[in-house]
Amino acid sequence: MTLEIKDLVVEHRSPGRPVVRAVAGASLTVRPGEVVGLVGESGCGKSTLARAVCGLNPVTEGSITFEGVPVTPLGLRRRTLTGVQMVFQDPYASLNPRRRVGDQIADGLRTARDGETDPADLLERVGLPREFAGRHPHEFSGGQRQRIAIARALAARPRMLIGDEPISALDASAQAQVATLMRDLAVDSGAGLLFISHDLSVVRLIADRIAVMYLGRIVEIGDTAEVWDNPRHPYTQALLRAIPKPDGMGVLPEELPGDVPDPAAPPEGCRFHPRCPFAMDVCRVKEPEPGPVACWLHEPA
Amino acid sequence: MSTDKTTLDITGLKVTIGGREILRGVDLSLQEGRVHGLAGESGSGKTMTGLAVLGLLPHGARATGRIALGERDLLTLPPRELNKVRGGEVAMVFQDPATSLHPMLSVGRQLTEHMRHHLRLDKREARARAVELLGKVRIPGAEEAYGRFPHQFSGGMRQRIAIAIALACSPRVLIADEPTTALDVTVQAGVLRLLRGLCDELGLAVLLVTHDLGVMSAIADEVSVMKDGLVVETGPRGKVLREPSHAYTRSLLDSLPGETA
Repeated sequence: MTLEIKDLVVEHRSPGRPVVRAVAGASLTVRPGEVVGLVGESGCGKSTLARAVCGLNPVTEGSITFEGVPVTPLGLRRRTLTGVQMVFQDPYASLNPRRRVGDQIADGLRTARDGETDPADLLERVGLPREFAGRHPHEFSGGQRQRIAIARALAARPRMLIGDEPISALDASAQAQVATLMRDLAVDSGAGLLFISHDLSVVRLIADRIAVMYLGRIVEIGDTAEVWDNPRHPYTQALLRAIPKPDGMGVLPEELPGDVPDPAAPPEGCRFHPRCPFAMDVCRVKEPEPGPVACWLHEPA
Repeated sequence: MSTDKTTLDITGLKVTIGGREILRGVDLSLQEGRVHGLAGESGSGKTMTGLAVLGLLPHGARATGRIALGERDLLTLPPRELNKVRGGEVAMVFQDPATSLHPMLSVGRQLTEHMRHHLRLDKREARARAVELLGKVRIPGAEEAYGRFPHQFSGGMRQRIAIAIALACSPRVLIADEPTTALDVTVQAGVLRLLRGLCDELGLAVLLVTHDLGVMSAIADEVSVMKDGLVVETGPRGKVLREPSHAYTRSLLDSLPGETA
């Protein structure tokens, strides 16, 4: 029941524009019952990676296998791969506004060929009253809608749950709640969870492992506590330093100079070197090997 | 703080929408050159307080109390007068720069429109000032940026442009409603530094509405905490965040992920 992503490359092609390598060789494994948090700035390719895992974006190079079977792009036909389910960013767009939420959850149940379960049970599992099944999405708040989207994904009995920024459209007070709910439900059912977010503090709260992505590559991966307390890649260090601390000291967070470069024309050598405070000569020429930390500072000599 | 530096004074502000009391008597005062942070859960009335200052409350809302900008009470000001204040003396920065900027008007157009109206500048002066402002919020290549459209900028750059637009008519009060919530942490750091710098340099009185106590701790001088339409605690940043006296503030701090405090 493992999800394995190996040297994944995903390219976006659009007429009249240069080819954009949104994911440029990323490897990641998510085991059952494990929560992996994928973080990075916007535009680093984390959503593209998530969509590729669900077969929503075609794979250019590399491979994605789930339980040993390659993930094929989603087509018009009914799909066979129902073990991977996704919760999307914006519950205002991912739920059908014209159908009752109970019916939408029933879609998920049908996918799992489950004729017994009542959609209301799933609503209960995500902490909503049973009678909400007869209502339409517009009657709910953002946090409630995202709970419904989670219920719908869970109805299909996923063995791997993907959350593509599932909390960033929600109010701050609902974010931590929905994130922990996703974690609990995934772990309880023995499924793996790939949780994508740009909010490090929430990822830290729920993830067993953190993967940090920069411009299409995973630059650091490790146990949550380790990455948080002892970040090794300069980019991870910069990300963590940029989080303002509520200590009442009035310390302005440190700024990471520059913007994320255009993924259509990534810099030579290490992708982070134009913004890296420790850039050495080798960083400008040669890209570091992917590993727990993709950085020349930590390269075994 | 001496009282003569008070730029905006809100006293006993109550807002009712459809019979429901959203704000139940809010008192806040903004000082020149200081950032006043307003924290609280969603639905506690933070945003409504900001909107009430600008007279942007939703239809059917009734506001009572007093919002004093100098000698004037913004709540009783006739619409024509209020229009002069809005965008002129009091400006606002919204949460999401992707939706607060007009996608089909060039940045330059959005920067100069209200300047020409409020400050009665001619085209050339307005353009010169706009380019200067873009430089001030540190948009690289201000001259070229003037003719570009919002979609050609990244999120952080867009929020900088939104701030430039807000600052165009040299306001005395800036209301920033969750200005960094839609941004990445690395970009947020830059925008926060910019806001703080502008506040110190221009002597702006800033009302910063945010749910993020980390952001609050980084740039606010005074912090007020709201709950159910009331300000439950107000005080200097260090005191409210380190030794909160109200149980609700404490529970907000405790609910933060991590033990960073």
